[in-house]
Amino acid sequence: MNTLSENTMNNPAKTAAEPGWLAERRAEGLAQFKTLPAPAPNDELWRFASVGRLKIDDYAPTGAPDAATAEALLERSNLVSERAGRSVYVDDHAVCFEGISEALKAQGVLYLPIEAALQSHPELMERYFLKESTELGSAKFFGLHAASTRAGSVLYVPKGVEIEQPLVNYYWTSTQGTAVFPHTLIIAEANAKASVVDVFFSETKENEALNIAVSNLHAADGAQVFRKVVQDWNEQTTSFQLDTTIAGRDARVKNLAVNIGAERARYENQTRIEGPGANVKMYSLTVAEEKQEFDQRTFQTHNAPNAVSDLLYKNALLDNSRTIFSGLIKVAEGAQQTDAYQTNRNLLLDPTAEANALPGLEILANDVRCSHGATTGNLDADELFYMMQRGIPRRAAMQLMVFGFFEEVIEKVDSEELAENLRQLIHKKFDAKIA
Amino acid sequence: MSNTEVQDDAINVDTEKGNFSYPEDYAYDAGVGLSEDTIRYISDVKKEDQWVREFRQRALEIFHKKDMPTNWATKDLENIHFDKIRYYLSKGQQPSRTWDEVPDDVKETFERLGIPEQERKFLAGVEAQFDSEAAYSHMKEELEKEGVIFVGSSEGLEKYPEIFRPYFGKVIPSTDNKFAALNSATFSGGSFIYVPKGVKLKQPLQAYFRINAENFGQFERTLIIADEDSEITYMEGCTAPKFETATLHSAVVELVALKNAKIQYITVQNWSSNVFNLVTKRGMADEGAEVKWIDCNIGSRLTMKYPGVVLKGRGARGEVLSIALANDGQHQDTGAKMIHLADDTTSNIISKSISIGEGRSTYRGQVHMPKHLKNCKNNTECDALLINTHSRTDTYPAITTRGQNNTVQHEASVSKVSAEQIFYMMQRGLSEGEAMSLAVNGFVHELLKAFPMEYSVELKRLIDMEMEGSVG
Repeated sequence: MNTLSENTMNNPAKTAAEPGWLAERRAEGLAQFKTLPAPAPNDELWRFASVGRLKIDDYAPTGAPDAATAEALLERSNLVSERAGRSVYVDDHAVCFEGISEALKAQGVLYLPIEAALQSHPELMERYFLKESTELGSAKFFGLHAASTRAGSVLYVPKGVEIEQPLVNYYWTSTQGTAVFPHTLIIAEANAKASVVDVFFSETKENEALNIAVSNLHAADGAQVFRKVVQDWNEQTTSFQLDTTIAGRDARVKNLAVNIGAERARYENQTRIEGPGANVKMYSLTVAEEKQEFDQRTFQTHNAPNAVSDLLYKNALLDNSRTIFSGLIKVAEGAQQTDAYQTNRNLLLDPTAEANALPGLEILANDVRCSHGATTGNLDADELFYMMQRGIPRRAAMQLMVFGFFEEVIEKVDSEELAENLRQLIHKKFDAKIA
Repeated sequence: MSNTEVQDDAINVDTEKGNFSYPEDYAYDAGVGLSEDTIRYISDVKKEDQWVREFRQRALEIFHKKDMPTNWATKDLENIHFDKIRYYLSKGQQPSRTWDEVPDDVKETFERLGIPEQERKFLAGVEAQFDSEAAYSHMKEELEKEGVIFVGSSEGLEKYPEIFRPYFGKVIPSTDNKFAALNSATFSGGSFIYVPKGVKLKQPLQAYFRINAENFGQFERTLIIADEDSEITYMEGCTAPKFETATLHSAVVELVALKNAKIQYITVQNWSSNVFNLVTKRGMADEGAEVKWIDCNIGSRLTMKYPGVVLKGRGARGEVLSIALANDGQHQDTGAKMIHLADDTTSNIISKSISIGEGRSTYRGQVHMPKHLKNCKNNTECDALLINTHSRTDTYPAITTRGQNNTVQHEASVSKVSAEQIFYMMQRGLSEGEAMSLAVNGFVHELLKAFPMEYSVELKRLIDMEMEGSVG
């Protein structure tokens, strides 16, 4: 059997003449993957996670999809119609790369596949590509990603340039047993403005896959970046998503993730505030059903004063699903006048679902305002009664309330089309359950 | 082993080192370090039954097997040198019954702790602990008439095994954690209390604990059983003289509240700032019962204490109210555990911490609701106040919820004393220090009210003292 350990690991992704620094980073990653221990139950960074269910050995990268599959999936890559550019990958092979307009190119914007950027802009890539690992527990898997990644896109926005429409990256899995390592790199220079949507989809309900995705977002002084993630893998997928945001002085960054799919999804989202006055928002919405496990770890690091970070993670749980929210706010010494907030809301819709919350604070500066709140509960019986009393059937009322619960996150999407598409995705998952 | 043999081993302590400390001539001394012999020695001195001996030896094995919890706790634990600690000291007396029988130097120490006055006021009974053995124990006649048992751990296991044995080590098994195992192997002293059915004690029972020998750990064992419909409030306060090298304090406190019983356990911890205070406290609440921990931590170098309640019976209630004050060189690592095991159970945790200078306070919490439960509720609030630039605070709660109609809410906030408040008070003539002290007292005021009156007065004074020199 082609397994990761025999195949991929010994033959890291090889493309035409990779520069020396990249070969080094890949080798380092491989070593990291091989030497770091597998997550264990008593590991604090994996607390409550069912590490026993974590199997990654039976997957391996697969070949390019046939023309018909590629065509069909390209057709289905339609969440956002007004866009500045689009890339579509199937099993880590590019089937489409819709570049940006000439006007944007003329302003110095780059939107390229990783491989192309490595050829044309080696210095930029050396500075940013595969530089940020994770501190939240999956360093081992980041190592494998570094050794293996070949698919993904780079967006570079020069100083002061503003892109109104989003760049949309679709990452599909199609072949049974495939392993994918998508990478999204966003670099916004001072006062630049951009938004990116990353979409993770499976071709069918059945194809098993392993995903280890990494995204790095660098927002320089005054830059404004909005990144949205739509994850709707099928429930045969094991997914890791390791995201890092670095915000400079007065940067405005929003991260929004909608998590619907995967059998087991680990989402590590770390934000590092390096410049004073930065403002970073982290929003997430998760719908968990059947035996799904969503394992969310977040880290808000304030290394500079006068900055704001605000996190809101909402989870709705059905059946035997589990969610873990583990968040940490760390305010470094000297990061005075920090405002850092963290909120986790869990809605238990079935008695067998399990929500775990580990909201943490580490505060080393005194002039700060920090808080976290975590609540877990069921639908409010009084509200339900109110609606039923006005003739709305119980199931319909429940559904309304659940969508009300999600709307707080959905309405932050900032694009009516995408928001509506997200509502549809959630509806699709819920209709069968609640109706 | 006879008395005369061991008396020769009496140790010499440099009395100059402590704030106040009197020459110690310990009748029994198990020497330094921990081995099977140490444990056997303790059992011999206490003339313990075979089952207690086996309990201790098993616990020692568990202690050796368990790792230090440094995967989540502070690395400071590595500075405990188990082989340099004295595990057992005793005056070689039976717990005293009357004040006259208490040796003079012990009396003098107690005098400074204020015990006699306390007792004269209104206390029902005092079990004052001098080092590892209860040196003074007294109970008012009415209590005895009502059938209340209030004795030391050794006496409890020896004289009333039928009452205490069924619950001993059941709420906190030796395997619970490394320090619970250490206590189970070496325990001596502490209080064993039984309150019979329907007896409601109007006055609190009180015990003072104290460490008084260098490098000497205290391993008290407390077990309180409140039978059906009974009520008891127990107060534990401690102060220790200063010594140069670190000392270890590792107590185990087990509470058992049977049907509809109420137990309130109040602690004021003010060990000197070289003490490692690693304590396991847990209560079990049966149907309709209530267990309440009121906990105040001011002293010690490192305190790790997470009082818990196992809500075992339908409608049981658990509560933890906690205040922690961490000054320079101190780490108050405290918190609470609420394990819901029955329907309609409710729990409440309120924790307030203040970090001064380079002090560090940490909250760790655990709330657990399994899937077969209905209508359980938990509320957790933890607020931290940071006084100086280098003060530090951490919060690490862990909450697991399943089941129907269960609700959990957790809120935490970190803030500093607002500049406006300080300005307002200074503008009315208070010094900055006074203003700060007042603001801090205001921050914990709600919780202080939960303590009995003399305690809250004393605590207010202690907070003022700790705040001295923290500003300006």
